[in-house]
This record gives sequence, C-alpha cells and structure tokens, in this order.
Amino acid sequence: MSGGTRLENANPLIFQRSGERLLTATDEDEDVADPIDDREIFDLIRSINDPEHPLSLEELNVVEQMRVNVNDRESMVSVEFTPTIPHCSMATLIGLSIKVKLLRSLPDRFKIDVHITPGTHASEDAVNKQLADKERVAAALENSQLLEVVNQCLSTRTM
Amino acid sequence: MAADNSVLLGLVEEFVSGQVDSKAAETSTGVKNGQFTILQLVEALGVSLSSSQPQTRGRGVQLLSQVLQECYSSLSEREVEVLLAFYENRLKDHYVIIPHVLQGLKALTKCSVLPPGSAVSVLKSIFQDIHVQSLMLAERSCVYNILISLMESKEEELKGLGADFIFGFVQSVDGERDPRNLLLAFQVARNIIQRGYDLGKFVEELFEVMSCYFPIDFSPPPSDPRGITQEELVLSLRAVLTGTSQFAEFLLPLIIEKLDSDIQSAKVDSLQTLAACGLTYSHKELAEFLPGLWSSIRREVSQTASERVESAGLSALSALVSCLSRSVLNSDSEDVLQVFLSLVLKDCQHHLCEPDLKLVWPSAKLLQAAAGASYRASLIVSAAIIPALLEQYNNRTQCAHRRTLLEVLQGFVQPTALSRPADGEDSVLVAFQQSLCGVVFSALTESSAGLQVTATRVLSALGQQPGLMAQTDVEKAVDHLSRLILEEDDPKLSSAVVECSGSLAHLHPKAFISRLIPRLKEEILSGQSDAAVRQRCVTALASVSSLASVVQESTPVLLQVLASAHTGSCGFSVEEVAAVCISLQKIAEHARDSEEIGRFFHDIIIPHLLGLCLQAALQTRDAGHSSPLTDEAVLSAIVPVMSTACAALRSESASRMAAQAVSLFLDGDVSFLPENAFPSKIQLLQSRAESGGLSQLVCLLMACVCSLPRSVEIPEIDRLLLQLEDLSCTCTHLFSFTSAAKCFAGLVNKRPAGEALDAVLERVMKRISVELENTSSGQRTQAFTLLLWVSKALLLRYHPLSTALTDQLFALLSDPTLGSQAADGFGVLMSDCLDVLNRGCHADVRIMYRQRFFAENSTKLVQGFNSAEQEKKSCYLKALSHIVSNLPRQVQLTELPALLPLLLEALSCADQAVQLSTLSCLQPVLLEPPEALRNQLEALFSRLLALTTSPAMKVRIASLQCVHALSRLPEHTVLPFRARVLKALAVPLDDKKRLVRKEAVAARAEWFLLGSPGGR
Repeated sequence: MSGGTRLENANPLIFQRSGERLLTATDEDEDVADPIDDREIFDLIRSINDPEHPLSLEELNVVEQMRVNVNDRESMVSVEFTPTIPHCSMATLIGLSIKVKLLRSLPDRFKIDVHITPGTHASEDAVNKQLADKERVAAALENSQLLEVVNQCLSTRTM
Repeated sequence: MAADNSVLLGLVEEFVSGQVDSKAAETSTGVKNGQFTILQLVEALGVSLSSSQPQTRGRGVQLLSQVLQECYSSLSEREVEVLLAFYENRLKDHYVIIPHVLQGLKALTKCSVLPPGSAVSVLKSIFQDIHVQSLMLAERSCVYNILISLMESKEEELKGLGADFIFGFVQSVDGERDPRNLLLAFQVARNIIQRGYDLGKFVEELFEVMSCYFPIDFSPPPSDPRGITQEELVLSLRAVLTGTSQFAEFLLPLIIEKLDSDIQSAKVDSLQTLAACGLTYSHKELAEFLPGLWSSIRREVSQTASERVESAGLSALSALVSCLSRSVLNSDSEDVLQVFLSLVLKDCQHHLCEPDLKLVWPSAKLLQAAAGASYRASLIVSAAIIPALLEQYNNRTQCAHRRTLLEVLQGFVQPTALSRPADGEDSVLVAFQQSLCGVVFSALTESSAGLQVTATRVLSALGQQPGLMAQTDVEKAVDHLSRLILEEDDPKLSSAVVECSGSLAHLHPKAFISRLIPRLKEEILSGQSDAAVRQRCVTALASVSSLASVVQESTPVLLQVLASAHTGSCGFSVEEVAAVCISLQKIAEHARDSEEIGRFFHDIIIPHLLGLCLQAALQTRDAGHSSPLTDEAVLSAIVPVMSTACAALRSESASRMAAQAVSLFLDGDVSFLPENAFPSKIQLLQSRAESGGLSQLVCLLMACVCSLPRSVEIPEIDRLLLQLEDLSCTCTHLFSFTSAAKCFAGLVNKRPAGEALDAVLERVMKRISVELENTSSGQRTQAFTLLLWVSKALLLRYHPLSTALTDQLFALLSDPTLGSQAADGFGVLMSDCLDVLNRGCHADVRIMYRQRFFAENSTKLVQGFNSAEQEKKSCYLKALSHIVSNLPRQVQLTELPALLPLLLEALSCADQAVQLSTLSCLQPVLLEPPEALRNQLEALFSRLLALTTSPAMKVRIASLQCVHALSRLPEHTVLPFRARVLKALAVPLDDKKRLVRKEAVAARAEWFLLGSPGGR
C-alpha cells in the first residue's frame, strides 16, 4: 500500500458495542438519588475514539465494564485498560485520554486512577507511572500537540 | 438635425474633455430613442478618436463602447462590420485604451448580425495582439465573455479555426487565478469539449491548463458579495475534466496521485471525479489504470475514518464496475469485467472469513458496491461470495460471528436499482435459494436476539424478490414468525418480527390468513396468556393487515377482543383495550389506499364500535357495572379509529355515514347498529342528570361527522349545532363538554360561509359572552372551552370573526380564575389537534395560519404583559411560550430579536412550566442563533446557568441542553464565557440524578473542546 501512514495494527479484532443504558422508573423519579456506578463510568469512556482507527475503545475491547471500579461514597474510581497489542505505542495516549475524559466528567471530589491491565503491555510500569503522576499529566496537557490528539479522541464524531 | 448634432457634440465634448461620466448614459438614451445614429456619434467622436493623446483616444473609445453596450441589438450588419474593423485595429493601440476596446468588442460580439468571417478575425486579433494574463481582472473577464458569445453564435466558424482556437484559449487562460474568471474559463472549456471542437494536438495542453486547479481548494472571503462557492468551482471543473475520454490518460494518473493526499476534501473530490469519469469513459481508457485505481480505492475505504470518503470511494468503485459492465466484448479478448472483479474478489473475499476483525466491513461494502453496479456484476460477485458466506456461516458456532456473516449476506441479498434483474431474467440468488432459506430459518431459531433480528431482515429481503421463496418456504416462514411473536419478549426482536410480517403479508396474504391469524386469535382470546404476549399479537395483527383480504380476517378478531373486554370475560385492562384501538387505527389508515377496506370499516367496524360503546354506556347507567369501553382513555382511542376510517370514505358511503350518525345522536335511531337490542328512545345529546355516561359518546359523533370530506352535507346541521352548543355549555362532565365543543368547532370550520353560519356564530358568541361575564356562574369553564375551540375553528380558516374571539382569549389571560387555562389554551390554538380540525380530517386549514396569528397578535401580548400586574405576568409568558414554540423555525428566527427580552424574562419567572416551555422553545433556536442573540449572551448565560441547579429535574436537563447548544455558536462570541461555564457545570456533574449528570457531562465536554487545539 502506498500513501497515508501505515497502521501498527491494520486489522484488529472488533467487539460488539453494548446498547444504551436502559432507563428505569427510578431514573425519572425526582426524589430518588442515583449513585454513580460502574456502568455510568463505563458509559463515559466507552465512546472515546481510538487514536488510530475510526473505532471506539469499546469496539477494540480496550476498555470493558468489568475493569471499571467505582466507589461513590469514598469518591474513588479505578479504570484498567488493555492495549490491543503488547507493543502498542499509543498506550500512554489512550490512558491519558481516559484520564482527561474522567477529569472533565466527574465531580472533583473523585480520586481517579487509570492504569494498564496487568500483564498486557511491554512497558506497563512506565506508562502507569506517567498516568499516576499529576504533574506529568498537567504538563502533557500544556503541550498543544498532545492536547490536540487527546481532544480528537474525546470529540464526538460528526463526519 | 443640426440642432441634434450640436447636442451630440456637446455631450461628446463634456464626456471626453469634461470627464463627465454621466453623459455616456445620456448619449446612449439618445441613440436608443433614435435621436442620433451610431454613425453620427462616430462622426462626432472623430476628433477625439484620432487625437494624438492616448488619454483622449481612450475617452473617445470608452464613450463609444459604453453606448454600444446599451445599443448593440439595434445595429445593422454593415455598422457592425465597420465597427469591428475599427475595434480590431484599436487592439494594437496604446495600453490605456485596451480595456475600453475589449468592452466594445464584448458588446459587438453579442450582436445577432455578426458578418460572416468576423468571429475568426476578432479572435485572431485578440490572440495575436493581446496577452490576456497581463490584463486586469475585468478585462480578462471581457475576453472570456467574448469567447462565450462567439461560441454561442458562430460555432461553425470557430470550429473552422481548428486547433488554433484551442491554442489561443489555452494561452489566454494559462495562469488565471480569480475564481470569477475561472468559472467563465471552465465554461468555455466545457463548451469546447462538449460541442465537439477538434482539440488537435493540444489535448494535453488543454488538460494541463485546466487540471492545475484540481483538486480545488477555495474558501470564499467572509461576507463574499459574489457568492461563489467551492462547490460551484468543483462541479464546473469536474465537468471539464471528465467531459471527454481524450483526457483519460492524463486524468486517471492525476486522480491516483491526489488520492494519496492528506487533505480529506481532496480525496473526496478525486473519488467523485473518478465516479463521474465512469459515465463517459469506456473500458479502453480505464484498462491500463484499473489495478492502480482499485488499490487506491481499497486503501481509502478500508482505512478512512470518514463516512464521506468511504461513500465517495464506494460510489467510485460502483461507477467503474458499471462502466466495465457496459463495455462490449470482443470474441478474442477476455471479459474485462470478469478480470477486474476477480481482482476485487481476490483482495476482499478472504476478509469475509474473519467476521470478528475490522476489515470485514470495509471489504463487504466494497464487494457490495461492486455487485450493486450491474446485473452482470452481481452475478459474478454472488457466485463467488454467497457460497463462501453460507459455508462460513455453517462452520462458525458463535452467535456474534454468525450475526456479522448474516448482516454481510443481507447486503448481497437486496438488489440495487442498477443490479435489479430485467424482465425475463432470474434473480441472481435463485441458485442459492434453498440454502439461503435454510440459513435464515436456522438463524430464526437461535438464542441471540441480534442474530434473529438480522434473520428477519434477510427474510423480508428474500420475500420481496420473486422466485426466492417457494410456497412451503413462505409457510415455514409464517410459522417461524408466529412462534417468535408468541415466545420472544425482546422489544427489538418483536418489532423486527412485526415489521417482517408486515412486509411478507403484503405479498403472501394467503399464508398469513390461514396460519398466522388463527394462531394469534386463539392466543389472544384464550384468557391464559399474559398481557405482554397479547399486546404483541395485537400489534402483529395490525401490521399484517395492509390488504383487504387480510383486514377482513384480522379486524373481526380485534372487535372480538373489544366485545369480550366489554363483557369482562377475559380480564382485559383499559390499557390493553386502548392498544387494540390503536391497532385498529393503524389498519384504518390503509383505507386511504383501498376503497374495499374503507367500505369494510363503514359497513362492519364502525357500526360495531358504536354499538359496543352504546351498550357499555347503557349498561353502566342501568346496572352500575363499569365496562372498560366507558373509560375516557378508551373512548379517546376509538375516536381516531373512526375518524381515520371516515376521512377515507368516498362520496356515497360518506353521506350515508353522516346520515346514520346524525340520526343516531339526534333521534336515537339505532337501526343500523348490530345486535339491535337498544331501548327505543335514547337521547344521546342530553346533559341532564348524569356524570358522563351517555353524553360522553358525543366524542364518537365528532369522530364520524367532523372527519368526512368537506363536500359531504351533514343533514339537520342547524339542529345538531344547537344541541351541541347546549351540551357544551351546560354539561358538567369535562370530557363530554370538551368533546361537544370540539365537535361544534369541527362542524363550524367546514360550514360554507354565509348567513346560516353567521347566525350560528352570532348566537354562540352572545351565549359565551353572557356566561363569561357572569363571574359567579358555575359554567364559565364550559363557556371558555367552547370559546377556545370555536376560535380555533375560525382561526384556521381565516374567518373575519376569529380576531374578535381570540381577543376575548387574550382578555381572559388576566382573569383571576381562568387565566392559567387561557394561557394553556394558546397551546391548543397553535398546535395540531390529533382528533379534529386537522388536515387529515379534511378541515379547512389555511397555510401559515400560525405565522399570521403571531404577526397580528404578538404586540397585543407584549403590551398585555407590560401592563399586567406582577402576579399575572406568568400567564402572559406561558401563552407567549406556547405560541412561539409552535411557530416554524424560520419564523422563530426572524421574530426572536423582538421577543428575546420577554423570553429571558420568562426564564427567570418562578413557574417551572413556563421555564420548561421557554427552554424547549429556545433550544432549537440556539442551534442556529440569529444575530440579535449575540448581544444578549450575558443575560442568557446567567439565567441558564442559574437554572442548572433548579429543583425540577426536567428544568435542569433542558437548561443544560441549552448550554450545550450554545457551545456551537461562533467561537469568538462564546469563548469569553468558557471559564465561567466550565466552573458552573462542575456543579451538576455531582447532581443526584443520573439523567442530569449525563447532560452536564455532554455539555461540559463540548465546552472543554471549545477554543482548544483539536477541539473545534
């Protein structure tokens, strides 16, 4: 193939998307408080775009609902993500996108922990360390090129 | 004459030496009036035209040219010849004169009496003496216009010039940059190509000079007065490039090269240009480039993230394949289509064997695009793909894989307009008919709902094509569908099954009548099954009933359900009975297309329904036992059944319907009802002594008589109107008096204008006023309701009295007891009513009555608001938001500036209903906000952000949606609010309701992207 940049993984496995969350009667009830649960967090991150493919992280199985843990009362969120191949150079970027999405979408009382599913990436520790370091995340977002890619991952597709 | 001459000389003198530009217009008026001739003008100009000063000569030529521009149509051939010779000669003159010379030539070439040979000589002089690209913009445009006019009038002569003409054009256009001139140049080139000028040896030169603009990248300057769009340029260039197959050897490599571009619009343009080539090229031009084109298309479709690129790529492939399909085969050469498709198949087919990998879909779409291009292509592709897919399907065991395979298969089963078999040809799938049906039936028995849904779609597609389902297959399919209706409770699956049954029943009614309907009937009436199953059966019955033969079998089942609901035998709830009525209404809609169904409703269904309701009402009165058929919800559901059916009745049955209904309600004539066991003297339109009961049946009268075509005369209409008026003013039962008022309004709306109508209106208006003025009266609500509906009836038909009535409604806004109802009444007035006074019921509805009402009354409303006391202002705001939210978008946008202050006021009004309806009316406007909004952003933001913490959840959601919509405003206008919005939206992120959090997340995400790199 000529032209265009070549993809690291041109023909990845595709997974089915889960449907929209079903509305229940209590969702419409003014007086019932709905706690923030795993599914709600998963809904926030499942539609993030992959930096390479026109596919969402859910379709590539990078994020799964069972790898999301939230404790609303203690204001803790933990998300594990699985890169499609162990040498994926986009892992940090994907992690950063997930982290930024959660930072923008959750109340600031939450402590957000994003890391790679253990044993699924060659440089797991390095990536995890970068993602856990608040200053490095903040510095990354000062970099306008990086921010541009992150924003593209987080924007809803219109085309 | 002499006097004229001196006038002319004066004019010339003032123009040339006095530099008075306006004299040119005066001169041309003089020439047009016949005051002077062109010859006289030239004579008068003599001195200036031969002056040694270029400026003076220029002025002289300018005057002559300007006059010619006005008067070229009245010139004689001789005059034109002389003038042309003069102008051609002037082309060699000083450069300051050239612009005027070209203007003059442009005017002359528009003449209808050009002497023979003149076109050639003009062009020769232009090409020889002028270097077009060193002229200014306007002069270049003159040259192109001269070419265009000459091509229109002197085509033969120009063709005689041969390749010199092409060369001259290429030289003059080479380097043109202005989009306005480019449009003209493209037009000249298109004429050259389409009208068969001989390009000679300048094919490549012409292509080069045009293709250097491809792909066009043009963004018009802001507030561009000329309004040239990128689209316009792209299309006219494309017409040039794809106009002739002589360009093929240059264009195709260029397209392949441009497809490598990183710019998306360039890719799309290249692909669309390629698709356009498919129409003009033949196999000969394409052959050499096919492998290259295919690999580029494949790469774009399988790698792109953009749907535009994908669909452009697919249509380009489809165009190539259909071009190859058209090519005529030589006995000794190989089939080019076959060769190309085997290339496509080789690259794509193996991806279909990996149903869980990403490339399965792009490959499937490419193959489908190729197959859809022609019948022959679909034969070749299907022969290779279908057996492979069927084999894969049988080898795979996972439902997800099977589903993907079946979805891919579905795309091959449905023929496109191009690949549809012609008369006498068989469907390409005939050979696989049995195995396809086998796979579909096996998929219908799988446990995965997604797979089953896909299977129903494939089944519909198979059923639509003749010869793909044998009688036994149809019967098997119907059995499967019946089973799924009875057993499967997944909502997506049930609706797919119902849809599939509907489409198959339209083609194979017999199988459905003999197998599906009896089975569903048994299930519904058995009394054993639960409500959800019965509901699915009822919905399915409605969807299969599109043909008269099926309707005659299915509707009796539904009537039987109503009858047993009435006797209470099977324990049907009110909701179920209402759902049965909705199904009946869906069936009634087919009466519009089939007179037979209409007659069936008229003869059987409507009398039965009336009879049942009457029985139920009488029984309730006598025995106190309450049948579901007396419930208002059920009656309201029966109304649309009857009105839909009646609206479709043709003249004769319509008149009979009117007569029957009127005699039943006025005189208690029950003779046309079935099972006639009714007491003889029933009085249905009497309000006395009962709470509802019989009087609420007036809604059925409305359903019958108000939806008939306008030409049908209602018997005894005056007596009927009087009784309805009485009932609506005196009855105390809300549903009854409202229905009576609606029925009255429906009749008044259709009544022809004249004295009879005026008398009725005068009487009723008087009665309403009397009731309303008596503040202690217990029947003011009734009078108000009647007023409201009569106003609506008259407003819709632009009756002159409607203003008086609506003014009364405006006055009621400040009424202490009726104010709030009156405000809501404006909602009724402005929105479409479902059961009466709509176009479906043949009501007299003028177009744009809403705009008209708004235009006439908005000032009254604003004044009323300003003068109202503080606590009554909310009624005005509510009325306003009802009116505005029902206006068409376009009107909302133009009216918004005037109303904005009031709407902003409404947002800070404490009434949550007002807030909500104002928000819902603002939100669509915000998507494309008018200029006036820009100045009010500060006020808008502070009110919207305050509402995001409102106690009412719906208000919080609606206000967040508005804040979300505001993020799409032009960046510079809203960027100043970004920090404030982000801070304010952090609060609803922690809202206790999930639905609110969802909106807050969506809105905040967009606001984060605003003004950020890679965002928007």
